[in-house]
Formats: sequence, structure tokens, C-alpha cells
Amino acid sequence: MSALAKTVRMTYREAMRQAMRDALQRDPRVFLMGEDVGRYGGCFAVSKGLLEEFGPERIRDTPLSESAFVGAGIGAAMGGMRPIVEIMTVNFSLLALDQIVNNAAAILFMSGGQFNIPLVIRMTTGAGRQLAAQHSHSLEGWYAHIPGIKVLAPATLEDARGMLWTALEDPDPVLIFEHGGLYNMEGELAADAGAVDIDKAVPRRSGTDVSLITYGGTLGKTLAAADELAGAGISAEVIDLRTLRPLDAATILDSVTRTHRAVIVDEGWRSGSISAEISARIMEGAFYELDAPVARVCSAEAPMPYAKHLEDAALPQVPAIVACVRAMVGDRG
Amino acid sequence: MAAPRTRADDKLSPRLKREHALELLRQMVRIRRFEEKCAELYSAAKIRGFLHLYIGEEAVAAGAIRALEADDAIVATYREHGHALVRGVPAAKIMAELYGKQEGCSRGRGGSMHLFDDTTRFYGGNAIVGGGLPVAVGLALADKLQQRARVTACFFGEGAIAEGEFHESMNLAALWKLPVLFCCENNLYAMGTALKRSESEVDLCLKATSYEMPAWPVDGMDVAMCEAAARRATLAVRSGEGPCFLEFRTYRFRAHSMYDPQLYRTKAEVEEWKKRDPIETFEARLKEQGLLNDAEVTAIEAAVADELAKAVEFAEAGTWEPVESLTRFVYSDRTRP
Repeated sequence: MSALAKTVRMTYREAMRQAMRDALQRDPRVFLMGEDVGRYGGCFAVSKGLLEEFGPERIRDTPLSESAFVGAGIGAAMGGMRPIVEIMTVNFSLLALDQIVNNAAAILFMSGGQFNIPLVIRMTTGAGRQLAAQHSHSLEGWYAHIPGIKVLAPATLEDARGMLWTALEDPDPVLIFEHGGLYNMEGELAADAGAVDIDKAVPRRSGTDVSLITYGGTLGKTLAAADELAGAGISAEVIDLRTLRPLDAATILDSVTRTHRAVIVDEGWRSGSISAEISARIMEGAFYELDAPVARVCSAEAPMPYAKHLEDAALPQVPAIVACVRAMVGDRG
Repeated sequence: MAAPRTRADDKLSPRLKREHALELLRQMVRIRRFEEKCAELYSAAKIRGFLHLYIGEEAVAAGAIRALEADDAIVATYREHGHALVRGVPAAKIMAELYGKQEGCSRGRGGSMHLFDDTTRFYGGNAIVGGGLPVAVGLALADKLQQRARVTACFFGEGAIAEGEFHESMNLAALWKLPVLFCCENNLYAMGTALKRSESEVDLCLKATSYEMPAWPVDGMDVAMCEAAARRATLAVRSGEGPCFLEFRTYRFRAHSMYDPQLYRTKAEVEEWKKRDPIETFEARLKEQGLLNDAEVTAIEAAVADELAKAVEFAEAGTWEPVESLTRFVYSDRTRP
């Protein structure tokens, strides 16, 4: 960024709010609905102030009826609107799985291409705030299993600000997973920041010894681990997936082909996960480039505990990432 | 079990003008003959998968859908051949869909349970019981937000009443005063589970009125009553008063699907309901009223047979979608501004 470029200091939460405000201003078809998005200002205060600015028709508080308001988003999208549906947390989205999987993901295909569903669903994901086993899981990898939807995981201010508009312009359903631990992340964002692509993974740090592949809430930890590894003489590249479906395998394989080693860092569980999928893609596409087996740092295979020390132990942490890489690369310090 | 009504009730049914009556009859006959042919083609293995026949319930679709305007929307269930036919989805495209041909109304992607048609605003064909209700609420929300005086008619069986999505959708539609016409087709059995075996409260209209919306039961074996009720309801819904709920009391004469030995009901019960066959009773009444003669019945049957023969011919001549395009329409291959 040039020294002259204007930037604004803001949080991830504010960037997301700016994205929604921008969308609501730009397109009269856009409206937001979900639990407590209006008067309460959003469970995580993302939509704070929008009710006052856009009124109750466009900032719609819903009953605690995930299936009905997600389904209503599907119907409204087919009826010519551009709904943004907010679900408080990924765990609550399970109450709307029927609508997401059986309708949103399937209707275009089932109808032979007649009815597309330009719907955006936003939800909070992830742990780290001692919210225990019904508010803390990372199920975005699950959703990435489903053909017919797109799955985004903005990990930066730029993506929090820019992915929503592109998602709204997409003719098909897009799910945006916002890691709860990111909302207070603060940084500089270009004053004129706008739409970004939603189909490419991006290297957030270049390196030559190992590719660290991650997304969402674990990007920060992974970058911190890369810093620490640099001190030990290990050059780690960090790939931010950004989009879990469609998966940008080309960027992953390009990186692994250069570094010959891969570690996947994922807050989801290891079994049957997006990390397993990425590992499989690497085997399929770059097996002979590998100098070591693909490794993973994932959450412990248990529901998320409440107690702080247990939660910390359950989640991927910087020391575990560093240890995993050092074991793979060997000590160069 | 509601006792089948008797002919003595016929006086309650509205008297119709001749052309109007013949059209209602014609639509019911179209559904009946189409589905009899479907059963035959199923036995001949031309149609596979699940096939749910509407035979016995024709009066509901024929009557209720006649009350809708061309730009209203329909969300239906997996037992929706009749609704699609009455709505104006060409019989040939429906038959081709049942054959799995790409000329079908869903390109052979949906089959019997997932008929879709954008030109008639026919939004499926939903095979998850209760799953169509939230979508109907959303279509109505889009109309309300865009100030369009359109109605979304949502058909579902009484089995859906047990689903959470029913209650969530009824509440949301009433809370936001959305133009949804909830059409419950109460044929007394959710597959094989009788209503009284699955609901603590079997008065379905009572459930609907608890959501502060007008609701009333309709004799679903009487096509004129079905239409009259739907007209009254759509008038209220279209005027912005919010949703209405109609309970069409009807009966499925055939098995739930082609795999159902019907162990859950007696032959006597089925026979008792068949006495109230919506086509036979309507025909008899029209003849009694001097609105219909045998020659006209023959003419209707002949026209329907001709349409059906052409539909089968169209389906037979249809082509298979190339396997290469299997994954087409998982995502849009166009962008909409």
C-alpha cells in the first residue's frame, strides 16, 4: 500500500457492517433478516445501527425459527430479492439444515436450471470464547461437502469488507462463516476497499520450506507460527483458503509444489473434515512433489469444553503448529 | 375419522354456470386419467422411483388452483402431478419428466416428486414434508417487499402439521401478514400414520387460528366448494390481510406410493370414501342439474385421452440428457444482474 493511499482503522465487525450498509445502499433488493439483527443490534453487534438507518422492512428481526427464516430467504431470493440471512451461530444453523441442504443447494439442479437462489447466509463460527459445546463448533467444512452452495471464510478486514458484495452478486447460495474471535480484530483498511473475488486462495506470507494451509479463525495463529518458525530458520508459506467451496486446489498445489511440504491448520475436527479433503487433493495432485507426509493440526475430537484450559487444549494453537512443522522440517535453528 | 359426507350436503355446494362446471370436471378428469396412465407406465417400468398418486383428491387442485391468478405462485409437495396439470404445466412436459427425459419440465432432474415450471411460477415439487412452507413464506415476503398483490398458494398434507417447519412458517407468515394461502390437504394419513395416531389435537383449523389467521375446513371431495373456499381466501390474502389456512378434507384412493400394501386402513374404509368420488359425484350432480349430458362426458374423455396419448408419445420420443452435462446446474451457468 502506498503511503498516500488513505486507510481507515476499523475492526472486522465494522468492516462487515460496512459491507452490509454498502449493499443495502446499492441495491434496493437487499435486506437483512435474522434473530436480533434489528433492535438488539445483532448478537455480535455486527448489524448495530442498521435498523435506524434502513428501517424494519429491510432490517427484519425474526422469531427463533431458523428453518422458517432461512427458507423464507430462499423463497424471497427466488421472488427477486437479494436476502442476507444472519444465523447467530453455526450450531443454530443445524436447525435450518433442511432448508440449506434440501432446498437452497438443490433447487437449481432439481428444477433443471429454472430457479437459481441468490441468497447469502452469514453466521458466526468457531471457538475461543468459552461458549462450550453448542456455540463453538467449526462446521463450515461440513457445509463445504455440499454441491450447490459456496462456502466462504473471510479471515481479514479486506475479505470481511469485500466478500459480501461479491456473494450477493452470485446467482447461487453463498454461506459466509465469520469466526467469532475475529470480530474485535482491528487494523487498517483502504478507505475505498470494495468487492473482492470469492474463488481464490491467497498466500498471506511467502515461504520456501513448508506450506501452512488454513482459513478463517486460525489464519492469525498460523501467521504467528510462521513468524516463530522464521526465527528458527524455517521459511513457511501461509495459504489463506478464503473459500472452502469451491476449493482453490490450484493455489494449494502450486504452493506445495514449491515447498514440498504441507501442514493444514483447521479448527474443525480432523475426521471427515475439510483438512482431510485438502490432504487428499494434495495426494492426488502433488504426491511426487512431497518430501514428507501431509500433516494436520486440528481441534481435539471432542465437543468443545467450557473450562478455559480445556478449550485452549482442544484448539489448534501456535506451539502445536510450530512443533508440527519442526518435526516435519527438522531443526534448522 | 370424519364420516364421509352424503349427497344431502350437495345443496351447500355453489351452483355453477355450465362452462365453468365443465372446466372443473375436465381438469379433474385430466388428473385422473393422467395418473391412471402413470400407474400403468410404472408397471411397465417406463416410470421409476417414487410415484405418489393423487387419485381421489383431484377436487382440491382443480378447485383451489382455479382461484389463482396467472402471476400467483404455487409451492407443492411430492404428490403434485395434479397441481402442475391444473396450473398449466403441459401434460407432455410432466410425462417426459416422469420418464426422466430432458424434455421434461425439470429436464429429468426431478422426476415425479420435483416438478418445476418457471413460466407458471410452479416452485416444486418438494419431497421433504413441511419443507415447502418456509419457501412459500419467502416468495410471499418478496411480493410484499416489492408491493406486488400476488398470492403464494402452498399445498401440503396433514402430515406436515407435525413438523416444526409448519409451525414456524405459520407464525412467520401471520406475524408479517404475508400473502400466503396455506392449503392443507388432509387425506387422513401421513403415509400410513393416521392423524389421530400422530396428533394430540386433530382439529387442524384450531391450530391455524392459534396463529391468528383465518382458517376453515372445506369439503375436499367437492370441487365447487374447493374453488369457492379458495376464492374467498385468496381475496382476503391478496388484499393484504395476511395469510389464510384452508383444510381440504379429502381422501387418497390409491396407495401412498407404488410400494404400499396399505396395511394401515381397511378396504371397507376406502370403499366408503370412494362413494364420494369427486369426479363421479360431480358428474352426477351436473347431470341432475341439466348441465351435463353423456355426449359431453364422452367428449371430455376423448379430449383428455388425446392429450394423454400425445403426452406419452412426447415422453417416448424424448431424449436422454447427455451424461457429460450431469453436473450442469449444480451452480448457475449464467449470472443474473
